Amino acid sequence: MQRKVDAIIADFPILARPTSRGKRLVYLDSAATSQKPRVVIQALVDYYEQYNSNIHRGVYEIAERATAEFEQARVKLATFIGADVPEVVWVRNTTEAINLVAYSWGNVNLKAGDAILVTELEHHSDLVPWQLLCERTGAELRFIPVDDRGVHVLDDLDRLLDGCKLLAIAHVSNTLGTIAPLETIVPRAHAAGAVVLVDGAQGASHLPVDVKALDADFYTFSGHKMLGPTGIGVLYGKRALLEAMPPFLSGGAMLRTVEYAHTTFSEPPRKFEAGTSNIADAIAFGVAADYLRDVGMDWVREHERQLTGYALQRLAEFESRGLAIYGPRDPARTSGVISFNVADIHAHDLASILDTEGVCVRAGHHCTMPLMDKMGWAATARASFYIYNTEADIDALCGGIEKAARVFGV
Amino acid sequence: MDDFYRDYILDHYRNPRNFGTLENADVEAEDLNPLCGDQIRMQLKVDGDVVRDLRFSGKGCAISQASASMLTEAVKGMKLSDVAKLSKDVVLENVGIGISPTRMKCAMLGLRVLKSAAIGELAGWPDED
Repeated sequence: MQRKVDAIIADFPILARPTSRGKRLVYLDSAATSQKPRVVIQALVDYYEQYNSNIHRGVYEIAERATAEFEQARVKLATFIGADVPEVVWVRNTTEAINLVAYSWGNVNLKAGDAILVTELEHHSDLVPWQLLCERTGAELRFIPVDDRGVHVLDDLDRLLDGCKLLAIAHVSNTLGTIAPLETIVPRAHAAGAVVLVDGAQGASHLPVDVKALDADFYTFSGHKMLGPTGIGVLYGKRALLEAMPPFLSGGAMLRTVEYAHTTFSEPPRKFEAGTSNIADAIAFGVAADYLRDVGMDWVREHERQLTGYALQRLAEFESRGLAIYGPRDPARTSGVISFNVADIHAHDLASILDTEGVCVRAGHHCTMPLMDKMGWAATARASFYIYNTEADIDALCGGIEKAARVFGV
Repeated sequence: MDDFYRDYILDHYRNPRNFGTLENADVEAEDLNPLCGDQIRMQLKVDGDVVRDLRFSGKGCAISQASASMLTEAVKGMKLSDVAKLSKDVVLENVGIGISPTRMKCAMLGLRVLKSAAIGELAGWPDED
């Protein structure tokens, strides 16, 4: 495993660059965005240097290549999640994918008296679009509760699903790492007549995902959290749903015929891809998906499970000095995310001191303010792992925590 | 940031000066930094135009709380009209150099709240003036 990780690390140019203080870069913020391997960066350069042109229109050689590479990237992403190719819609990111569903599917299918069900640990991106949809339609927003370790409580699920038209649920919590029990929840939601959207922003990057096996109606994820560039993501939707949905944004590239008074639209996925797409980033996202396929998503999952186990064990050494670990303590139920605080050191102070040691962690509310309020945490520090992290990175994190504890006298 | 967490900063964080609330404050204001959730409230007793006493309360990181604590020591006895004109330098002189750009709002929150109390409406961010 170590040789494989060493080979992976060598593929990421940024990991070879020391910080301004001469420290090794210890990147533990992949839940925010992942680093990029050289092949992904090169794919961007190749597009702009060799065949930059618009897609689906030009009849010359470089435009045909751009179109082919762009559509081939769609095939790669479809294969990556087990979808049919026309079910993969390019979007900017997970947030845009969720908003697309909230407006296009939600405006037509929700009405007063209906309910939308989410969980208490959703990222703001999988909460606020549904709040606004409820405001537009008069639907009611309900919540699957989580316990004090951030684990879903399903005791009331049938009652919560009664009258529910949509369940929107994070595959993996970005704050606590909790893996949602989709195999239990999704069939029950379907039995109750609800459509299921899975927010896969932290899922597709870290777990093997087969949307058909999950039986998700929509699955949303971002390229930049899984080795790809920013500005490109995927909305997966079951074909029948996408075909029935009206367009979200309208304009060029998504039309069949246009008259002055009337327009007919393309079939999915292009019906939802108005305007010139993010061509280079989509192509590079395809390269990132290939990279992860070669590494193997089962390997990714096992690597992160082992790292999480090691990190929980090392961090536990600080518990007598006031370190508190939040979220599930079982690496089998989490996905490479650990939230914690150290005594009365504010998470931002801790993160600033860790930064002086080259250790990058996130500190704050992690875009889950309602969850933080419920738990009574003002802020937490969050370390998150990916394929290029090692036990040495966790040792560096612990060294930084030791320094912070010394500075603050805890 | 290496140099920021010095003993006197941590002393102000652990033992904030003028911390608490005032009965019958003449002017007061409060605000928060939505980025990290730091909160500060400032209450002032004013005699004519002169700040006779003040208290701050709130929660947050060492930078926001220590900066606010040191600020309260600096403005006691100052004219309210001068408090309204304070620049970011009063904070930077107190806490020294080395605050990274992302943490500047933490350091400036106390001053923003204090100036808001002095002018009677929400003041701008001192580091953006």
